[in-house]
Formats: sequence, C-alpha cells, structure tokens
Amino acid sequence: MFAYVLRRLAATIPVMFIVAVLVFLMLRLTPSDPAAIIAGDNANSEQVAEIRKRLGLDQPIITQFVIWSTKTLQGDLGESFFFKKQVAELIADRLEPTLSLAVFTLILAVAIAIPLGVLAAYRHGSWLDRIVMGFSVLGFSVPVFVVGYLLIYVFAIELNWLPVQGYQRLEQGIGGWLQRLILPSLTLSVIYVALIARITRTSVLEVMNEDYIRTARAKGQTESKVLRRHALANAAVPIVTVIGLGVALLIGGVVVTESVFTIPGLGRLTVDAVLARDYPTIQAVILLFSLTYVLINLLVDVTYTFFDPRIRY
Amino acid sequence: MSIEALPADLAETAPAARKPSTWGIVVRNPSVIIGASIVIFLALIGLFAPLLGTIDPSEINPVFRNKKPGVERTIRADDGTERQFVHRFGTDTLGRDVYSRVVYGARVSLIIGITVAIISVSFGLVIGLVSGYIRWLDGIIMRFMDGLMSIPAILLAMGVVSLSRAGLVAVVVAIVIPDIPRVVRLVRAIVLSIREEPYVEAAITVGTPTPTLLVRHVLPNTIAPLIVQGTFICASAILIEAILSFLGIGIPPETPTWGNIMAEGRSLFRIYPHNIFYPGFCLAFAVLAINMLGDGLRDTLDPRFAKRV
Repeated sequence: MFAYVLRRLAATIPVMFIVAVLVFLMLRLTPSDPAAIIAGDNANSEQVAEIRKRLGLDQPIITQFVIWSTKTLQGDLGESFFFKKQVAELIADRLEPTLSLAVFTLILAVAIAIPLGVLAAYRHGSWLDRIVMGFSVLGFSVPVFVVGYLLIYVFAIELNWLPVQGYQRLEQGIGGWLQRLILPSLTLSVIYVALIARITRTSVLEVMNEDYIRTARAKGQTESKVLRRHALANAAVPIVTVIGLGVALLIGGVVVTESVFTIPGLGRLTVDAVLARDYPTIQAVILLFSLTYVLINLLVDVTYTFFDPRIRY
Repeated sequence: MSIEALPADLAETAPAARKPSTWGIVVRNPSVIIGASIVIFLALIGLFAPLLGTIDPSEINPVFRNKKPGVERTIRADDGTERQFVHRFGTDTLGRDVYSRVVYGARVSLIIGITVAIISVSFGLVIGLVSGYIRWLDGIIMRFMDGLMSIPAILLAMGVVSLSRAGLVAVVVAIVIPDIPRVVRLVRAIVLSIREEPYVEAAITVGTPTPTLLVRHVLPNTIAPLIVQGTFICASAILIEAILSFLGIGIPPETPTWGNIMAEGRSLFRIYPHNIFYPGFCLAFAVLAINMLGDGLRDTLDPRFAKRV
C-alpha cells in the first residue's frame, strides 16, 4: 500500500513537470518584456538591463527554466508585476476564502447528490428519477453565473434572507462567514450535484440487480440498510472517481463564482492577474490549482482500497 | 489485384447497408429531435438577426440608458421617416438595445461553438491517429496531453487568453487547446482497439501503406464517436466563451455576445436584472439544446459509449 502511494506520487512528477514546462513557456511566449514591465514606464535602459540580470532573463532558456523551477520548488514564486508583492504572500492572503468556498461546496454537493442519486436508482423510472435526471442535464447546461445571479435575485434581493455579495473572514465570526458562504456554495454545487447524482444513479442501478442485494433482502435486511450497506458501498468506486475528476469543474466554477459574489479569493486573483497581464501570478495560480487537482485525484486512487477491499496494491 | 480490392469493398458495402437504419434511429430519438430543432431555431435567429425587428446592436444612445423592458422610443431613419421602437428587453448602461444584442449574440455564440468543435476535433483526430498508430511517438504525445489535462480547462483558457490581445481568434484558440487532449484520448483509444481487428491485420498483410490504412480502415470507426464528442465540445465552448467574456477577458466588449451583455449588466444587477437574465436564459437554453442533441446522438450512434457512462 505504502509502496503503491509512493509509486503513484512518483508518477505525478512527470505530469507536473510538463505542467511546469507549459507554465514556464507561457512567460516566454508573452509579447512583452517582463523586465520592462517590472521596471515601469520611467525606467531607463540600464535599469531594465539591471532587472533583466537580476531575474536571470539574460541566461539561456534551459538555465532559466532550471533557476525558475528550483525557486518555485522552494516556494519562491517571484514578484507580482501588478500587486508589487511576493506572489506567495498574495496567494496566502487569498487562500482562506477559496478554500472555505471549495470545501463547503464539496460537502454540500456530496450531501445532496448521493441521496438523490441513490433514490433515483431505487425508484428507477419513477417521477423522482425523471426529476433527478432532468436536473442533472439542466445542471450541466445552466452556466454558473446565471445560477448565481438567480439565487442572488431570489434570496438576497427579493426575499432579503441572505447578504447579496462579499465575504467575511472566519476569524470575524462563524455566523457571518457561514451566511456569506451559503449562496456561493449553492451556486457552485449545482453542476457538481448534477455530475455526482448522475453517476451515483448509474452505478447504484448497476449493482441493484446483483445476487447479494437479493440475498440481503431475503435475510430480512431493512431497505435503507440494503441501499446503504450493500448497494452504495459497492457502487462507491466510480462515484469517488467522479468526485475527484469533478474537482476540475469545481476549480473553474470557483473563478466564476468568486467574481459573481465578489469574494476576494484565488479565483478573483486569477481574473485580476489575467486582466493586468500579471504573468508571475498567473503562472503561480495555474501551477497551484493543477497540483491540487493532480493530488486530489491521487488521493482518490488511494481511497479505492478503503471503499473496495478487494483492490490491493 | 482482386485480393487487394476485397477488404476495401467490404468496408464500403458494410456501412452502406446499415446506414439508412442508423440514420432512421437517430432521427427518431426524442432528444435528437428536440435538441436539433432548438439548435436550428437558434441558428435561424442568428442568420436572420437583421430581419427580426432589431436595431444596430452597437448603437449607443445616452438618452435611453438603463431602461426597463418594454419602454418605447421613436427612431428617426436617414430619410426622415419616424417609427416607434419598443425595447423589448430594455437597454443597457450605454443605451444599447438588449433585445438586438441578445439576438445578434446568438450568431457569435454559435459561430464560436461550431468553430471550436471543428478545429479541436480535427486537430485531436490527427494527433490521436498518429499517437495510436506510431508507437514511439505515443509516449511523448500522451505525457504532453496528460500535462495539458491536469490544468483545469477554464484556467488554461485564461492563461492562453492572457498571452495576446483579446479577440475572437485568441478566444477560439484558448478554448480549443484544453479540448484537444480529450479528443486525442478518445481517438487513440479507438485506434488501439481497431488495430487489433482482423480486417486491419488483413489490410496490413496485403501491403496497404500506413496512411491509406489509417484513412480507409481506422478513420471511419472514429466518425460516430467524434460527432458525439464534437457536439459536447460545441456546448462547452459556448459556455466557456460566455464565461471568459463575462469575466471581461474574452471577446471585446463592443461585440454583442451573451457573455458580454451579462458582463455589462453586472454593475447594475440589483436594479436592472434583465441585462443578466435575458442573455443568461438564452445561453442556458442553447447549451441545454446542444447537450440534449449530444445525449441523443450518443445513445443512437455510439451505444458502446452510452453504456460506459
């Protein structure tokens, strides 16, 4: 098991290396000279040359890549062109809102989607099944920001139940934090619920015809226990896989949701960085999100043994 | 000579005999019927946008800013005649007619969706065929594709957009790049299973050159799954374009696209929600229709795939 985790961890290295090369080349492909941007409009050519030397931009490209990746591995992500701050600092500042939103959404989505999917499979062909399936097609098609504005319109403007936009840090009180997370998380969870409910339905439906389900019923097991212990437990592997793969959707959704709800997180930082052509920040955010995505999927692979003890590594 | 002609003949007659029935199943599928009708309807709207009671979607009118839907206005034409014009969907912060912008927006969205689908499917097909058939290239190409796929699509698109000035071409390229690896994987998987088939081995035995082999025997097997995949790519491309434009990093704001109209409506959403809702519902409607079409096509054209999902 431990050897397997190590092996899988080693397998992510080439993938992350390719991502790093792509992200590094991005800065090279830019139409403008990074040294000139940092120096500002009033700098003379000597100052620009000085900065170029300091950043190592006068070195051959392979050397530059080695320098850049060594620094990145040490946590030195460079200085932001736009915010004039260390990128690592910027990211640390913005981490809390994004993490809160993502974790809250994940919990909400799983809590809504799995019961829905199981019920849809259990009442296969009923109106409930049709509603769940219809919702999952709809959830894929309605854009995140339309859902967001619709929820703001109904719950914040018309009914006045929840704050319209903004974010409150956790340290300022859990009530305000939670209150401001409900609408964004609901918004973001729609597409995720659609995805998870659909795969839960399909995989539970598949195991419902197995002999052990009939056996469990024959020995007098209650229906709810049959569903939870026998059906869902055996259908878990594909569901967990999709939850992991769906993190890519979640990350994309975070960028949009944070803009709709004006949450000062990493997603908003990405948009601002793209607008300002702030390449060190764009690079860092892409690297960070990709690493998270790859590691979460590694974690998902490892949990297979937990959900299905027959799988041994 | 006659031996060499045999596999080719078989390949041509077999699908030809099945074709009408497959097509019959496709056009009877309810998802295909509903989805395709809506898509055709939207395409007609985009095509005949100037005839649908619209005015110039970029025309700025400072007097008629931020009007609610249904407000009337007198328009004086160049020849001096006057007519009443109703802003069905209201106007935006620059006084532009939201109805006209939404109608013209259908054009841009559909053009982007279809262009992205065609480009990514073509590139993905070529790369996938090469990767699946030329073994020594396979490892390199697939590692590269794995790398691309580990970057979430929207982030990758945003990164690409940041590299050049915003515009239609930059946006199309930015949406195509994250889609290519998905097509490559699909094509490669098909090629790997097809190359073990007896008819491919037979073709190799009779000395068919690799390019001919790929085009005549492998390529036809990829068509149905690629049509399905292309439809889904079209839907997601329309969504991503709208997201990029909404975030202010897509198509330049004066071009009427659904995302741009919504970006324009963001600041005054609390008072004038129509600027977000009309284009938003059109967008959702269009994407839903294309996804339904894709679902229907998948169930009918590619039943193996339908079972897997």
